[in-house]
Amino acid sequence: MTTRTMELMVGVFAAAAIAALLFLALQVANTSDSTRGETYTLIAKFDNIGGLKVRSPVKVGGVVVGRVSAIRLEGDYYEPVVEMQISTRYNRFPETSTASILTSGIIGEQYIGLEPGFIDDFIEILGDGGEIPNTNSAMVLENLIGQFLFSQGEK
Amino acid sequence: MSMFHTLGRNILNNIQGVGQASIMLAQALVGKPQPRKMLPLLIRQLYVVGVQSMLIILISGLFIGMVLGLQGFTILVDFGAEQALGPMVALSLLRELGPVVTALLFAGRAGSALTAEIGLMRATEQLSSLEMMAVDPLRRVVAPRFWAGVISMPLLALMFNAVGIYGGFTVGVQWLGVDDGAFWSVMQSSVHWQDDIMNGVIKSVVFAVVVTWVALFKGYTATPTSPGISAATTQTVVYSSLAVLGLDFVLTAIMFG
Repeated sequence: MTTRTMELMVGVFAAAAIAALLFLALQVANTSDSTRGETYTLIAKFDNIGGLKVRSPVKVGGVVVGRVSAIRLEGDYYEPVVEMQISTRYNRFPETSTASILTSGIIGEQYIGLEPGFIDDFIEILGDGGEIPNTNSAMVLENLIGQFLFSQGEK
Repeated sequence: MSMFHTLGRNILNNIQGVGQASIMLAQALVGKPQPRKMLPLLIRQLYVVGVQSMLIILISGLFIGMVLGLQGFTILVDFGAEQALGPMVALSLLRELGPVVTALLFAGRAGSALTAEIGLMRATEQLSSLEMMAVDPLRRVVAPRFWAGVISMPLLALMFNAVGIYGGFTVGVQWLGVDDGAFWSVMQSSVHWQDDIMNGVIKSVVFAVVVTWVALFKGYTATPTSPGISAATTQTVVYSSLAVLGLDFVLTAIMFG
């Protein structure tokens, strides 16, 4: 085995590894994410975030426009605050928009459904760090059952 | 009383072994870098350690991916969740099987060869003759092999992952009829570049250091007789496999826990 062929084989080896990495990066992992590239922050306060997690998707009509970047409690009453990174391609959410925590399927993961509100002359467009005032909290199954039983008991 | 005696002696011996191994590695690696002299040696070792292990890694990766696809399908189809085959195959390969199986195969294929080679160099007094010629055998023999192992194992693990996922795709989509688009898109939405792929690479770098280090140390300190080299080779495979499996648990607990 001459040094030249050996170098050639090592080169092929390294190239195969790079090809494998490219395959993993482009085909297996999600790089064409709409949350890559420029994003801006929106926040929303909920009563209950249910099973929402950091990196959960934010969708408008089923299309992913961003991801949850942080979840924390804020204020004297420990209100859950969710911070989202939204792609700057979608930067015209008015302050009448609604954010709801929804579940995909019956046992699926939870995500934030954004619904753009109406726009007229007096409505401002939410900028970086803007807060979505209208929110619907996550459905918690136990509470629903509790309400159901309570309403049954009243009859 | 003698039980404690034996226990104490074993513990001291083990600690001494770790210390010796660290000193050996430090002496081999720390020093003025000599790229002109080292590069040809490194390339030769990359060939021996990396390129020659490629075939076994690729073939085992393909078959492990295919088996994952087959077994995953038979279970998932009961729940009507066969679209989850993609993430199942990809995540189990990227997070666990890729780095671990590559390290185990590498220990058997390349680690044992390194130990036997260096052990035989010691037995035939090649290492001593290098010293006589004022060439440091640690720098000349151990260091290139160490770097070759550390460089090639992560690359091998990446190939293992890619080929394994392709194997899972072949069985799941082309044979068993999982939907092509769903297979990839569900996989893409659940595989995260940093958390999954990069942590897998970090894992395999750690395993590479451990396996190569054990192999080199066992070879370098082998008793220079035929049974001694045979015992050292066995120990290399046993110790490095155990270390890889144990470390894998620790790393998984840290990274994904």
